[in-house]
Amino acid sequence: MKLISAVIKPFKLDEVKDALKAAGVAGMTVGEVRGFGRQGGHTETYRGAEYKIDFVPKVQLEIVVDDDRADLVVDTIAKSASTGKIGDGKIWVTDVDRIIRIRTGEEGNDAV
Amino acid sequence: MDTGNTAWVLVATALILFMTPGLAFFYGGMVRSRHVLGMLMQNVFAIGLISVIWAVVGFSLAFSGGNSLIGDLHFSFLYNVTDLDGDIPGMAFMAFQMMFAVITPALITGATADRLKFSGYAVFIAIWSLIVYVPVARWVFNANGWIFKMGALDFAGGTAIHINAGVAALAVVIVIGQRRGHGEEPMPPHNLPFTVLGTGILWFGWFGFNAGSALAANGVAAQALVNTHLAAAAGMLGWLVIEKIKAGHATTLGACSGAVAGLVAITPCAGYVGQASPLLIGFAAGVVCYLALTLKSKLRLDDSLDVIAVHLVGGLLGTILLGFFADQAINPAGADGVFYGGGGELLKDQIVAAFAVLIFSGVVSYVIATGLDRTIGLRVGPDEEMIGLDQSQHAESAYQA
Repeated sequence: MKLISAVIKPFKLDEVKDALKAAGVAGMTVGEVRGFGRQGGHTETYRGAEYKIDFVPKVQLEIVVDDDRADLVVDTIAKSASTGKIGDGKIWVTDVDRIIRIRTGEEGNDAV
Repeated sequence: MDTGNTAWVLVATALILFMTPGLAFFYGGMVRSRHVLGMLMQNVFAIGLISVIWAVVGFSLAFSGGNSLIGDLHFSFLYNVTDLDGDIPGMAFMAFQMMFAVITPALITGATADRLKFSGYAVFIAIWSLIVYVPVARWVFNANGWIFKMGALDFAGGTAIHINAGVAALAVVIVIGQRRGHGEEPMPPHNLPFTVLGTGILWFGWFGFNAGSALAANGVAAQALVNTHLAAAAGMLGWLVIEKIKAGHATTLGACSGAVAGLVAITPCAGYVGQASPLLIGFAAGVVCYLALTLKSKLRLDDSLDVIAVHLVGGLLGTILLGFFADQAINPAGADGVFYGGGGELLKDQIVAAFAVLIFSGVVSYVIATGLDRTIGLRVGPDEEMIGLDQSQHAESAYQA
């Protein structure tokens, strides 16, 4: 199993979710996060005083899938989250050792 | 007794009361979220404390017999106030003046944001109200007061309120120093929508403040109301123009700040000028107050929410410009300024009045603040400042995460 993590632009979340559902993904976890990469932050001005805001708001998705579906999910996110502009975010894939569905105690692929 | 005049002064009193919670939100939006209740509380508390002080002894010392510097105790606990009954009841005048007394010390809280100890603040405004505000109100608003007798004009408090509170803010900031991390970490406003809301309330209440100062429902009141509105409007435009040129964007906070700057500057002038004068005074205030902001970084002062740039500078500007723009055709009780054939006489009186209040209030405020800082303490400790005034001073949080 793989954990697919993605940091994307917040306004792209609905598009990504719809594309993933269409690709057969049954569930995901989403959080509001802040960070910076190449996009950097931005500047705000209050009464003439400039403030550099380093952390930009983003949305982070986490999805656990079977090994053979990981590439499809990554491609789906990459396609649906893209605007072509700086700050589109990143996707990374991690091996998952163990997964349990709490209600039934099912493990492994059954629990995904 | 005139029922129309009485009705208007009573309504104006209620309008001015509303300005203090408005000021609380104007300032509250600009502070960081962990200090917002501290700011709201300092303002709301002024309504409670200063109203009581005013009824017990403040009104009497400002507006009873006595001499040109201070009154006596004839009206203390509101005894004998009916002695003042005339066109309007003495009690209406007392209540109207009470709201001025309430908001004046509250103006200071913007400069000292995020670091005043609540108990120190409470004692400070109690003492300040009695030994700074009361005498100055006497000098300016009472017919026995020396500034009034000298012939200087102050329709609704350019000297007594805005210069007075503005220079007191400067004095207290010098005593307590800057916020921790000032100049090193960003301290952006936490809720500008509050500030816009507060601006609306202040603007609305200012009609009572300025047009109410006619103490009658008449042409001078109508002129004062129009002047008030136009100066706020022009102040907003002035600030936005210079802000756009200097900093690149016309901001929401700039629009609010400019409107308030215009309101401050028109306060002394409101019932004494007409025609295009409020537009010029307001626009000048927007530009000059914006430029005054740059002073603070040069002087390395942490006047956190720019009370000095808006109230002290705006108050000085309005008080002095009145020496040019005053027009006796608008108000026979006024005088003619430089531009209306009055020569330099009024201008000279305006400058003397402005600097007398500036020096008196600045020095006495500094002495009070220093005395309190060395005894009961005016400033919270570093830990308390770090966790915020809301929790450290009031054991509350504004926002449950």
